[in-house]
Amino acid sequence: MSVLVDKNTRLAVAGITGREGSFHTLNNKRYGTNVVGGVTPGKGGQDVEGIPVFNSWAEAAESAQPNTAMIFVPPRFAADSILEAAAAGVELVIAITEGIPAHDELRVYNTLKRDYPGTRLIGPNCPGILSPGKANVGIIPASFFKEGNVGVVSRSGTLTYQIGNEIAQAGFGCSSIVGIGGDPVPGSSFVDVIELFEADEQTELIVLSGEIGGSAEEEAADYIAKDVSKPVVAYIAGFTAPAGKQMGHAGAIVSGSAGTAAAKAQALEARGVRVGRTPTEVAEIAVTQLR
Amino acid sequence: MDLLEYQGKQLFARHGLPVSDGKAVTTVEDAVAAANEVGYPVVVKAQVLIGGRGKAGGVKLAADEAEAREHATNILGMDIHGHTVRTLWIEHASDIATEYYASVLLDRSAKQPLVMFSIEGGVDIEEVAENTPEKLIRHHVDALDGLSREEAVQIATDGKADADVIEGVADALVALYEVWLDEDATLAEINPLIVTPEREVKALDSKVSLDDNALYRHPENQELADKENEDPIERRAKEQGVQYVKLDGDIGILGNGAGLVMSTLDVVAQAGGQPANFLDAGGGSDAAKIKQAVELILANDAVKAVLFNIFGGITRCDEVAKGLIAAFDEIKPTVPFVVRLDGTNDVAGRQLLQEAALPNVHAARTMNEAAEKVVALAGGQR
Repeated sequence: MSVLVDKNTRLAVAGITGREGSFHTLNNKRYGTNVVGGVTPGKGGQDVEGIPVFNSWAEAAESAQPNTAMIFVPPRFAADSILEAAAAGVELVIAITEGIPAHDELRVYNTLKRDYPGTRLIGPNCPGILSPGKANVGIIPASFFKEGNVGVVSRSGTLTYQIGNEIAQAGFGCSSIVGIGGDPVPGSSFVDVIELFEADEQTELIVLSGEIGGSAEEEAADYIAKDVSKPVVAYIAGFTAPAGKQMGHAGAIVSGSAGTAAAKAQALEARGVRVGRTPTEVAEIAVTQLR
Repeated sequence: MDLLEYQGKQLFARHGLPVSDGKAVTTVEDAVAAANEVGYPVVVKAQVLIGGRGKAGGVKLAADEAEAREHATNILGMDIHGHTVRTLWIEHASDIATEYYASVLLDRSAKQPLVMFSIEGGVDIEEVAENTPEKLIRHHVDALDGLSREEAVQIATDGKADADVIEGVADALVALYEVWLDEDATLAEINPLIVTPEREVKALDSKVSLDDNALYRHPENQELADKENEDPIERRAKEQGVQYVKLDGDIGILGNGAGLVMSTLDVVAQAGGQPANFLDAGGGSDAAKIKQAVELILANDAVKAVLFNIFGGITRCDEVAKGLIAAFDEIKPTVPFVVRLDGTNDVAGRQLLQEAALPNVHAARTMNEAAEKVVALAGGQR
């Protein structure tokens, strides 16, 4: 098994006719992902190397029955595209788009929760999801990962490649790699994805790769202590990042002393999660636990 | 993007939140003219994006023209915690009966807007939150419904605002929420929100952060950035679309992806070095962009050595190598470089660098090895 994307994935892509959108869609298709369509308003009836393009998510849903949506449209159109896919009944929406306004993300998150609870959003501003050997939805370079039993969830793209590659070089593979993105209001949190890994038979160890800001890592720490039986190894980036460059006092109140890399590492370690000091050390700890 | 006090107040005024009349000026003569216009007594306030202005002597009361001139002369050009004062806000001094606190922000954890209110204003609100949390009202607003006037009245009442200004405080909270929402702010804060002896409620200060990602729908806000106080290299980077943050050390850093670059800073610090910058070249950078990035890093005179840490996903290592070679061709750097290339086309990239045999460029295979090498080349541990 794996989580979220696999051989049953039926993918449709908003922004398939754009340069980036078509490049990565075709890449995903070559990997073996079942791509059933694309959505670009005004370009319905065309195709991208045989993949049919529809004018709207409603049309795509009716004609091609996608169960997964990938969003590649520019930031100013992304929020509406996500909600349109949800309204069309798509269960999983993976938003790659970077630079969506925070207020749009807030509106999307709360609208999904209220009106479309059956739709799960991953991202935005994320590299997507790869289940090695099964399906790739997004921009994760599949060649650095092997199939295996490590579940990876991360706020950062390249850092994930770094850690995943070191695990692969040590001879281990991954069940799924899930990028949840680094934006202020992500559709899914560490907790949401760890819950899936905990339930996934193939996954034997979970790697969490976090960074400064917000409190998602601290919330994950509480959840892990309470509800997770599988070993978790964590990495936190940003120990030397300048503090509070953009945040005013009000923001600092919300996170209290939390939000710094040190506070996050401490919260995780206090609940029995081993935290590697470098990406290499994370891979080493993971490999030791797997052997 | 953080706004200066007077810029935030302009947004407040636009949404009907009362502020004092005033003028932003950049010279002593204009300051005196503004003071004469708004009428004495006036407050001369340094406009800088850092707290602690008052304690640093950047906020002064002037009873007449002579005092206004004296304060403007002293404050203009003053250094406040590394920020040079280039702009003054001159406003008519307000009589103050009471000082409250109000803010609206995006609560990332609850994924809802958060309205906060306290009658303990004018002081460090973090201390209020720490020592007397019951005096800080925190109210989450339904992001889809917005803040209703009834909710605002309830917040003011729960916060024990004086009975005769409950309505005025509620009006201010509703207006502040509107600023936050309509201007795409991530933070809108008033400290203090004052009550005058005439029982008028008014914003005496402002702290507003706007979401850069939403500026496209606020063309009127695009010019508000504090350009004069921006670091010149950071400004250049912004124009080129590169994520660059200047730091205090002497090791220049280039990587791809914010997480990997943050991690690189950490690994360099663990090896005993001090990073001179954060630079995320982004995904899919071509040779031209890499060359520009090298120029940015070397524009900081403090840089004694540079570390390239690339894990290619969309970014191709051969493009990074070509960019570095082009940069050496043109700029002829005199500081050593350590280059770690992994990922997409890494073999081709490493080969290009080997063939180019650039002076003082050292290859490293792993991130840790690269960090140790660059720290040694920059002069070792401190």
